[in-house]
Amino acid sequence: MQNVLGMTGAGLSGLLRARTQWDKPSLGLYGLLTLIAIVVPICNLLIPESSALHISTYTVTLLGKYLCYALLALAVDLIWGYCGILSLGHGAFFALGGYAMGMYLMRQIGDRGVYANPLLPDFMVFLNWSELPWYWHGFNHFGFAMLMVLLVPGLLAFVFGSLAFRSRVTGVYLSIITQALTYALMLAFFRNAFGFGGNNGLTDFKDILGFNLQHDGTRIVLFLLTIVALATGYALSRAIVKSKFGRVIIAIRDAESRARFMGYQVHHYKVWLFVFSALLAAVAGALYVPQVGIINPGEFSPLNSIEIVIWVAIGGRATLYGAVIGALLVNFAKTWFTAAFPEVWLFALGALFVVVTLFLPQGIAGLLAMKNKLSGTPLSGAPLSKSAAGGKT
Amino acid sequence: MAYRIISVFLLVVLAALSTRADESEFSQKLAALSTAKLSDMSVAVEELANVGKEQALPYMDALLDNQLYFRRSDSKLFRIDTSKDPAIITDVAADKKLEGAATSEFKKIIISNSVRTKLRELMARLQLASKDSDLRARAAREMLGAVTESDKPILEEALSKENDSEVKALLKAAIALPNLDTGDAAQRLAALDNLAGNVEPAVRNRLNQLLEKNPDGSFIEADIQVRDQARYVIGTIESKLQRYRFAETIFFGLSLGSVLLLAAIGLAITFGVMGVINMAHGELIMLGAYTTYVIQQWLPNQLEYSLMIAVPAAFVVAGLVGVAIERGVIRWLYGRPLETLLATFGISLVLQQAVRTIFSPLNRQVSTPEWMSGSWEINSVFSLTYNRLYIVIFSLIVFALLSLLLKKTSLGLYVRAVSQNRAMAKAMGVRSDWVDAMTFGLGSGIAGIAGVALSQLTNVGPNMGQAYIIDSFMVVVFGGVGNLWGTLVGSLALGVANKFLEPASGAVLAKILVLIFIILFIQKRPRGLFPQKGRSAES
Repeated sequence: MQNVLGMTGAGLSGLLRARTQWDKPSLGLYGLLTLIAIVVPICNLLIPESSALHISTYTVTLLGKYLCYALLALAVDLIWGYCGILSLGHGAFFALGGYAMGMYLMRQIGDRGVYANPLLPDFMVFLNWSELPWYWHGFNHFGFAMLMVLLVPGLLAFVFGSLAFRSRVTGVYLSIITQALTYALMLAFFRNAFGFGGNNGLTDFKDILGFNLQHDGTRIVLFLLTIVALATGYALSRAIVKSKFGRVIIAIRDAESRARFMGYQVHHYKVWLFVFSALLAAVAGALYVPQVGIINPGEFSPLNSIEIVIWVAIGGRATLYGAVIGALLVNFAKTWFTAAFPEVWLFALGALFVVVTLFLPQGIAGLLAMKNKLSGTPLSGAPLSKSAAGGKT
Repeated sequence: MAYRIISVFLLVVLAALSTRADESEFSQKLAALSTAKLSDMSVAVEELANVGKEQALPYMDALLDNQLYFRRSDSKLFRIDTSKDPAIITDVAADKKLEGAATSEFKKIIISNSVRTKLRELMARLQLASKDSDLRARAAREMLGAVTESDKPILEEALSKENDSEVKALLKAAIALPNLDTGDAAQRLAALDNLAGNVEPAVRNRLNQLLEKNPDGSFIEADIQVRDQARYVIGTIESKLQRYRFAETIFFGLSLGSVLLLAAIGLAITFGVMGVINMAHGELIMLGAYTTYVIQQWLPNQLEYSLMIAVPAAFVVAGLVGVAIERGVIRWLYGRPLETLLATFGISLVLQQAVRTIFSPLNRQVSTPEWMSGSWEINSVFSLTYNRLYIVIFSLIVFALLSLLLKKTSLGLYVRAVSQNRAMAKAMGVRSDWVDAMTFGLGSGIAGIAGVALSQLTNVGPNMGQAYIIDSFMVVVFGGVGNLWGTLVGSLALGVANKFLEPASGAVLAKILVLIFIILFIQKRPRGLFPQKGRSAES
């Protein structure tokens, strides 16, 4: 216990001491986020619908969704890019955060549901349940629900990470058991008896903290909150990787045994990074649900979790801003492809996986860095050796 | 033309030669049916049974059902089912339907009730004397609970001649059941003893009736001794049933395990030897299943042999795709297992979409050949379906062949050498890249074979690969990488465990529990049940 405290103490003081470097890509990212935070609300609320500059609420929601994904990608990049932990189950933390938020929104419906039961959500009435299961209590309070958004995924990540990292499960083994984790959760949430709406999940939300979810203003506020969350998440992640804690993390990625022999409690570092990453994912999930309006067990599917990894791979690992770029680009492409050429999307996504791993091991960020190097201004960012993010050390 | 004449002539000669004396006597007796008076019918039927033996059964059956007719023109016998419209007319001798005949051409053969009783008795005797033990068992089973006093001597006679233990038990039960109702106390207790361990539903129902109560709470059965004995006999039956249920669960578990084994064994090779996580493995299984589908479409008349053709074909198709994947993508990514995982995942998406585009997003229907359908009925409560049984055997054969290949051939030697120490193998002159390609092709080919087997059990669709990929990984990781025995033990153990959990918790929960178990197991033994030993194992 002493160890843990000492270690986290060192990590935190490292965090505080870390000079947040205002390097070019970070500035670019903050600039971009500030820009859309100003332009989008204006174009949506102030500019009349007839104008060509008007941004529809649908587009705002779509953008908000992408930004949630960007935060999720950031979470994966933090552990994969900087610590070599390839989680194929990060969608689970995202979905758990989403479910916690969904439960709050469900309780907010009150007697406005189809069955007009003031206490029970519709699906429970439908299943002939007479009382609220114990784990649904308290979710009518926003504060409690937000606590659960962080606590449940964080606790799961802590328990899972402690078990896995203490017994030194690494590389592909770890990837596979994270996948098993999210798969098991998916199967569980698909069950009606589990008490989370089964197949249909939680949906048909009405309002949040008294504000109508269908209202443009509420949507814009949620959108802005997502931007704030992403910017904060980015700043925190950046502070972590620049701190002493971050240095150790990178050392573990590149040579885990050596870091261990030098006296670092490798698994403590890994567990706390994993928990932090899970929290980022959970916040992303919690912001995602009120904007999209539904959460169902499909979010737990292993395919979703693997898709997150490809966003990061395409954007560029171990750069943080690369993850954001990757998530935004791939999802824009997905929206466009599935509308224009639905047949081609999976071909394109599949080809992206292959092409990026073969020819662009450092993703788009790597391309940018190469361009900058040619023009003479080196980019900060962790160097990626050939085995850097691989499992083998 | 000449050929046809000769063959017809030959047929006639053959038919004439095979017509023996009793044959013609049998047809005489058949003819007698159409002419006999109602009062002579009893004799006619008895003679028919004595002469014709089992051959007479279909006629007697039709006669018993009031469906035996003769044609006015030639006295030939037909079975006519008039309950349907138009009436179904069957030529009894040839067991063939007669089309386009009017019922007015035929005359019904009428029998009296006494003849009917006689017929039943004769038929039971004939069936019980049959050489086919299945037929004897069926006859005895049909008689259970419907035995009259007059049947008893027949049954007792059959019992004295019977050697087959199953039929013996049935006959004993058939004799014992009426004794329960009619006999004195000693006879009833003896009858109960004869019923011990008999799992026939008719017996179980009758025994349970003995323990039922009247509305006023008193037992219907007054004799307390009989009740106690019945309770004891029910106990023996229950424990026997439990044993069968246990055996059945084991079989279902082994069946699931063999499917897992087939799906995982190819993965075990590629993962174990090359350290490559092939996420497209499930799609290679899918390709094997689609190969079966295509072959059945091409050769719709050779359904019986389609699987024999499909097994090598699927091996080749999936193997070639595997070699292409290895040469095209994976070999550039050695030493980066996590990136291989991503690239092969991309390939799996492309393959899925390709199948969706070429065939359809819907499931395809793969037929099951005759010899694989149906089930092997061991008794009335325990039967094994042939398709599952064959797949268990098939998976073990594949496993054995693969072990032989790895142990006894030079390719196997190279594969083992490369998997144990790649650098040293290279230094000794093993062409490791060739071995990689062959290994990957082999593993993929086996995935294809697994697809053929799975096409007989589940739906063949673009998503079928995904359903197996996670389970296959679990098996490989559980069993221990690079160890075929580990895969065998792992898959069968997981399959059986899953089936034992299912009745208590339901299928989905059982799967979740197994997944959680594996996650915890990996914490304890990160290298699986049977970890690979050697210097390179720690890498």
